[in-house]
Amino acid sequence: MDRAIEHTKYLIAGSSHAALEAINAIRMHDAEGPITVVTRDSYLPYSPTVLPYVVSGKSAPARIFLRDDDFFARNKVSYRPESGLKALHADRNSVELADGSSVVYEKLLLATGASPAIPPIPGIDTVSYHVLRTLDDALKLRGAIAESKQAVVLGAGLVGMHAAENLVKAGASVTIVEMSDQLTSGYFDKVAADMIEQAFRDAGAKIMTGSRVVRLEPSAAGAKLTLENGTTLEADLLLVATGVKPNMGYLNGSGVEHAQGILVDDRMQTTAANVWAAGDCAQARGFFTGTKVMNAILPDATIQGRVAGMAMAGDPGLKDYAGGVPLNTYHFFGRHAISVGSSTVPEGGEMVTRFDEKTGRYLKAIFAPDGCLTGIFGVNEFFDGGVMAQLILRRIDLTPLRERFVANPLAVGREIMSQTWR
Amino acid sequence: MGRAYSTIAFDPAKCDGCGDCMTACAQAKTGTDDIARSRIQIYGRDGAADKTFELALCRQCADPKCVTVCPAGALDKDGTSGVIGWDASKCVDCLLCTVGCAYAGIALDEGTGHVAKCDTCDGNPACVPACPKGALKHITTANIYNEVGDWEDLFAPGLAGCQGCNTELLMRHTLRRVGPDTVLATPPGCVPGMGSVGFNGTTGTKVPVFHPLLTNTAAMLAGIKRQYKRVGRDVQALAIAGDGGASDVGFQSLSGAAERGEQMLFMVVDNEGYMNTGMQRSSCTPYGAWTSTTPVGEATRGKTQDAKNLPLIMVNHRCAYVATASTAYMEDLYDKLDKAIAASKTGFAYLHVYSPCTTGWRFPSNLNMEVARKAVETNFVMLWEYTPQAGLHFTKPVDDPLPVTDYLKAMGRFRHLSPEQVEHIQKKVVENQKFVERMTEHAHVG
Ligand SMILES: Cc1cc2nc3c(=O)[nH]c(=O)nc-3n(C[C@H](O)[C@H](O)[C@H](O)COP(=O)(O)OP(=O)(O)OC[C@H]3O[C@@H](n4cnc5c(N)ncnc54)[C@H](O)[C@@H]3O)c2cc1C
Ligand code: SF4
Repeated sequence: MDRAIEHTKYLIAGSSHAALEAINAIRMHDAEGPITVVTRDSYLPYSPTVLPYVVSGKSAPARIFLRDDDFFARNKVSYRPESGLKALHADRNSVELADGSSVVYEKLLLATGASPAIPPIPGIDTVSYHVLRTLDDALKLRGAIAESKQAVVLGAGLVGMHAAENLVKAGASVTIVEMSDQLTSGYFDKVAADMIEQAFRDAGAKIMTGSRVVRLEPSAAGAKLTLENGTTLEADLLLVATGVKPNMGYLNGSGVEHAQGILVDDRMQTTAANVWAAGDCAQARGFFTGTKVMNAILPDATIQGRVAGMAMAGDPGLKDYAGGVPLNTYHFFGRHAISVGSSTVPEGGEMVTRFDEKTGRYLKAIFAPDGCLTGIFGVNEFFDGGVMAQLILRRIDLTPLRERFVANPLAVGREIMSQTWR
Repeated sequence: MGRAYSTIAFDPAKCDGCGDCMTACAQAKTGTDDIARSRIQIYGRDGAADKTFELALCRQCADPKCVTVCPAGALDKDGTSGVIGWDASKCVDCLLCTVGCAYAGIALDEGTGHVAKCDTCDGNPACVPACPKGALKHITTANIYNEVGDWEDLFAPGLAGCQGCNTELLMRHTLRRVGPDTVLATPPGCVPGMGSVGFNGTTGTKVPVFHPLLTNTAAMLAGIKRQYKRVGRDVQALAIAGDGGASDVGFQSLSGAAERGEQMLFMVVDNEGYMNTGMQRSSCTPYGAWTSTTPVGEATRGKTQDAKNLPLIMVNHRCAYVATASTAYMEDLYDKLDKAIAASKTGFAYLHVYSPCTTGWRFPSNLNMEVARKAVETNFVMLWEYTPQAGLHFTKPVDDPLPVTDYLKAMGRFRHLSPEQVEHIQKKVVENQKFVERMTEHAHVG
């Protein structure tokens, strides 16, 4: 046996939410089995979700870490930063790392998350632009924001919107360019999006929805953008936030099946023996569709990480993954929006909305024909996302409570969950 | 060894929705009377048709989802207190934690724009004493586990008790507390039946144990204790006997030892009958109960006499310490064990533990604690203690008892009762309560 090759029982690639939750789950059942974490990042674990607050200065970079060295020591985990997975040889139970070394595993978890998807706009390699996914990205962007007078954010998803708000608050003139005809599509409906748009306009941001960038080129300011309709924009700071793509380049030739993401079953196992995947890189069953979907959100990464960890450790308490439910919370200019579940009204189902001009409270709830909640969305209307997700996952029939529920989802949701707890 | 944690328990049956807990919390945590900002929320106060009340409060989960989904490391479970703490200086107000919690234990405080959650007020929750109905309790029983969990278990593993019996719990806790310098007497009954005296020449305990007759337990133990004293060794003399062995044929030697002030701790495990030999009645079997010798048929409807109140009889021996206890109230039990052990250094200590019998009383094996608790909550049994100096006082007074039927219907041995029999029992409960209450008023003379 080659003595240079490291052997480990549990090999985990990635060091973010899915990975950390898998470590917890493994250690609940197997206190001793050696765990090795190999990650591309050079820092201790942190969350991509906290990065907008690093950019804004609210979070001190030194205080965002989710675990310390002591955690890994206590849990007998060998933590190897700057050693990303380069190639997987599932047939041999081994991986190659970026530094050229190899590791042989008994069980492998792929929790490598996602990276920004860069749109194939002609000229994009000729300009410099920012993305936001890693701490290094955030530190760079934080520095650039302080200098920026004229910024363009490409993409009006939550990452782009967060950054745009930071830029506005830092005093830059900001333009948000979005291909689809509303902001935050996929998270919020048109009514909610209009409220968000209004808040941004009130703060002085320019919003160009339904706009496609067709060319990018260097300019004196930094970059020049040309839109489909011929309009041009100048940017001294360009942020590309047009979505994410899973990190799975190392799969090539490994035989592990993948589509949009790494395909997994209800125990997060891939099509290869001894290999699991969880989090933003995985494509797992959707709760509403039954087909395999991407649900790249933090809560789902933790749930999937836990299922994978339990499966890897052989924990008999493991229950099948219930399927991903979309869940998003979003703060903008002191207001908050929340979306839970699916925005599609199922056949025979019903949608209820209410809007209060005075308070700006907006609520939309969607019910299936059997009376179960399938989606609920609010702006300035606080209800507990966790409670709502449970009502959906447990398929609780809300028919007898429908009216009270729509009037006060917060109180009625809490009542129901309190009852189920006893 | 891991740690166990205290918790705030809510009994919706006792809650009347007054909201005092919320006011107390809002005052303690926000300095205002705005109950919307309280970290404990009672629901069903308006609109709920059936007027039951529900609770949203952090459960301080063992495996908290709010902590796992927080992207900022702002939430953390404290390994010592078990409380999930929130660090305002790290929080970024993303509200993801509210998405993680299924019970709204952490939620937006619109007054501050930040999330807020219960921190149990550093182990002294303001809401609990504010509840006028006793619907909220701060359960601190975990402290027992934390304290005694590491002590040596002096009973052998794998005792052969009936499923769901609480006597094993009682034996293990008692011996842990009393410690290794003990000589144990276990007369015929469930305790030796479970294996305390052992098999094939080995004992079931890690301390010397012997098996006296039903009739002479206290006498034999007194002799052994005196012999040890004579040779200058300080051992704890401990008897664990059943109610049959103590209140019937064993009573003469028990009464004699108490009267002489023998230095021992005599614990009676009262399951209200001779359960290990086939469920015959004893003088502690209550009125109306089915046993194999008080059958239910055309001619008879269970026991026709009331139970003898053995602990009160022991009070009339003016023992150094007498108390009643229940495994549903472990802190109370531990407290009394401590006092009984101390009293047995100079005199006779008597501890009477009510012990529901899954097999003989006929209730599901998962309900032992529930039955034990109901006995206390209905005043069917009362928890009190007595010393000659301080007299008799209740340790768990129940001012607003549940109807005794709540207790009776929890088990099969009372299933046949006629309304007249139930009425008899309810009257007895009230009479017993008054009787003991009178003793609490007058017995302080010392
Ligand atoms: C700016 C921003 C804001 C967000 N806001 C929210 C929000 O409000 N709510 C929400 O639910 N979600 C939000 N998300 C998404 C959320 O952060 C992700 O869903 C979550 O982090 C996924 O966790 P993960 O463990 O699957 O992957 P990631 O967090 O992406 O972690 C992947 C890990 O794998 C490592 N890695 C990558 N490639 C390799 C490799 N080849 N070998 C080894 N290691 C590798 C990385 O270094 C990293 O440690 C946000 C994301 C961003 C970027
Ligand atoms: S609101 Fe604060 S405590 Fe809650 S998840 Fe976000 S950062 Fe963590």
